[in-house]
This record gives sequence, structure tokens and C-alpha cells, in this order.
Amino acid sequence: MHNPQLNSNGELIHLLSIEGLPRGILTHILDTAASFLGITDREVKKVPLLRGKSVFNLFFENSTRTRTTFEIAAKRLSADVLNLDITRSSTAKGETLLDTIDNLCSMHADMFVVRHASSGAPYLIADHLKRVGRDDIHVVNAGDGRHAHPTQGLLDMYTIRHFKKNFENLRVAIVGDILHSRVARSDIHALTTLGVPEVRAIGPQTLLPTDLGRMGVQVYHDMNEGLRDCDVVIMLRLQNERMNGALLPSAGEYFKHYGLTPAKLALAKPDAIVMHPGPMNRGVEIDSAVADGPQAVILDQVTFGIAVRMAVMSILAGN
Amino acid sequence: MTLPPFPLPDAEAQCRALADLIRPRLTPDTALVGIYSGGAWIAERLSQLLQLPEEAGLIDISFYRDDFAEKGLHPQVRPTQIPFDVNGRRLILVDDVLYTGRTTRAALNELFDYGRPAAVELAVLADRGERELPVAPTYCVWNLELPRQTCLTLGRDETGLLSWRVEDHA
Repeated sequence: MHNPQLNSNGELIHLLSIEGLPRGILTHILDTAASFLGITDREVKKVPLLRGKSVFNLFFENSTRTRTTFEIAAKRLSADVLNLDITRSSTAKGETLLDTIDNLCSMHADMFVVRHASSGAPYLIADHLKRVGRDDIHVVNAGDGRHAHPTQGLLDMYTIRHFKKNFENLRVAIVGDILHSRVARSDIHALTTLGVPEVRAIGPQTLLPTDLGRMGVQVYHDMNEGLRDCDVVIMLRLQNERMNGALLPSAGEYFKHYGLTPAKLALAKPDAIVMHPGPMNRGVEIDSAVADGPQAVILDQVTFGIAVRMAVMSILAGN
Repeated sequence: MTLPPFPLPDAEAQCRALADLIRPRLTPDTALVGIYSGGAWIAERLSQLLQLPEEAGLIDISFYRDDFAEKGLHPQVRPTQIPFDVNGRRLILVDDVLYTGRTTRAALNELFDYGRPAAVELAVLADRGERELPVAPTYCVWNLELPRQTCLTLGRDETGLLSWRVEDHA
């Protein structure tokens, strides 16, 4: 099947999902990000790659942090950035998604960064742009429903490669609400594509999808067992709204079984790193002693995230 | 068309000749910045020959190219590394081949995003003419003319030895 993210030369024109992207493209993004990292140490923290281009941040779902990192990334590439708070404007007045897109095309957008509560919304936009002959506009998925969050997946891979040097001999555990997590899905596809031999999913039955085995992931319900000898521990945010449903008894109960404490972390390798996509719920999925401890690389993830988003935007803009 | 000039000159000898040109004009605040990849190798070589106390800066101009819109991002970008403060320094930009001058323009733009050097000079092994911008080398050891489709590149073998290669792009 044709991958809508690639042009006829196999080059990346949209970033919608990590699923289906070849290893070479992922590696190219990570390598390029390494070059962008040094820019923040300079007197002028900008490069002229996207000078004269307009990047539109379309956040149909709130996320200050992700929007901010995309905005910084675009500005460091010298692009003009427009933040549209769609939830409070046109959509609220009843405009359809594609009408909004058509309007923005007429404002000479060069790139859309899209966050949407519905899985597949960025695909719909990319498909629409092709149909109306505007596939010169690039689409970056900044998180769609439960489906994918590819730049988070890539920055997680950058972080792992930075601290562990390669992917070939790693044991990586993803802990928490994997069922509702687009981050987990993107991480699993990226880890598999980059050749990580062992990916583990740890969580209660009610928060794990049923197709993990098919994705090559080993399932654990006991955290003490799952963390044993891991090199990388990726904690997921427990969304509060899950607590209201019948999925979990209470935050305290969850922390007792699946919260990362120093004692549980001691079961992983001594040099294991702890990651979290943020924002963290201290005392729910992670103990403060771990979040602020020497093995946490959570703030490094944020810094790397900007460089990775710069790499994605500049590669897309050049193809 | 035959490719002039055969045999190709010894690039290592040319590096020594380039160092001889630079040596009498060295000042205590001189620093080298080599442009990836050929210029970076030459800058490292010059650094040894001139016994400079500092490591040479290495610059990748991919983010400053003027053909980004047509060609996209270079598939192999390397991090620019300038291990000293460029403010007030006398810099010598080092490249293997000077041709249209566009690479030099991009490198100058990038350098100035690091600060304001006191002066910038340009040292190249080869100048093949056909300039498209007002750029001239300060130090150059080999002037030559080549047909447009001919590509002159510097290579480095596994022992670190530099040598020239000429290829025809039909």
C-alpha cells in the first residue's frame, strides 16, 4: 500500500506516524537532530533554513508544552509561526476541519503542525491537501487521539541513543496506560524499527491493548518482574480521566503496583535511564525520588525534543 | 574531452605549500575553521604543520546553503564544532576547492552567527574559477580550469592521506 508520508522518491513529505517508515529515515532524522543541538550554544540561536516559510500550529486539543516546543523549533529555523487556538475559534463556530484547512491554505501556509483528539485527523488533512493539489504543504502529526505521536517517539529514540549509544542490545520497558497512549504506540514502532531486541509492556490488564504480542512486545502485569535487567524505563502519564471509569480502583492503588519507586528501579540495570513524556503525576506513576534522581533523563528529553522537531521540519521542508 | 591536468598534483605537498603561505602572516589570535569535509581535513593538517595550540573549528554549512529550496537538506549533516569564542579572533576559513563562492558565502553567514570575528581570510588548495559571487581566496596553491561537468574532490584514505579525484558528471 502507498505510504502517504512518502513521495514517489521515497522521501518524507509528511510525518504522520512512525509505523511504516524505514529505519533509514528514522536514523536520518536522529542524525540531523544532533547537528541542531549545538545551535543553542551560539550567540544567534537560529539558522535560516525556513526563512520566509509559515508554520501553522493547529491544536484542536490543548497542549501547551508540545505546542511550545514546536513553536521554538520553528522559530529557531527562522520560520514565521502562527498559533491557532482552534478549540476556541472556528471549530466552535461550526466550521468543518477541511474548511479550516482550505482557509489556511489561502493564507499561504507551508506547514501544518496538527494536534487532534481524533485518531487519523492528520491523515485526513494530508489526503485532502493532495486532492486539492496543495501537497506542497507539509503535515506534522503532533498527536492524534490514541493513534500516534511520532515526534515524541523520535525524541525518545534520540534520548535512548544519546545515553545508550545504540539500539542493538537493549531491553526497554514501557510502563503504564499503554492502551490510551499514542506515545507508547509510537515508541513501540520506533524501537522495533531501530532494532531493539526486547520491548516490554508493563501495566494492569485493563490498560494494555490486546495486540501487543502481534507488535512483538512482551507483556508483564507484575512490575517487579517486568523491570528486571532493563536498560531503559519509559513511564507513561496516567491520565486522570481514566480513574473516573472502571479501569482503575484509585491513584494510591495504582502507585502501589505500577508507580516507579527507587526500590523498583533498583531491579533494572544500575545504569538504566528513566524517561517520561511529561507532564508527570508525582506520586501516581512516578516517585519524586526517581523523577529527581540521577537516573532520570526527563529534562534532557525536552531539550532533545526541540532539536528533533527542528530536524523533522527541515527535512520535510526540503522534500 | 580529456581531463586536465594529468597527473593530479600531490595534495599532501599542496597542504605543506599552503602552510608555508600562511606561516609568515600568523598572529597569536589566528584560528582555523575548516569546511566539511575536505576543508576540515586540510584545517586539521594545517593545524599540525603550523603547530597551532588550538584545535581547528569544523563547520558544516548544510543549514546555510542557498539551494535548500531546490535540493532539500543534505543527507549527512555533521555538527558544527567551534571550540573557541570567535569574537575578536582572526579566522582563516579553509576549504578544498573554491568554485562558485556559494559555499564560502554560506560559511561566512554561519560564522557570524557565532559572533563577530576581527577578520576572516580564506585559504584553499584549489581555485577552479567560474565565480558566481564576489569571493577571492587569501591563500591558494593551485589555479586550474575545468569543464563545468567535471567534479574535483579531495579524498582521504584509511591512513589519513589526502589525494585528489576527478570525475565527469555527464
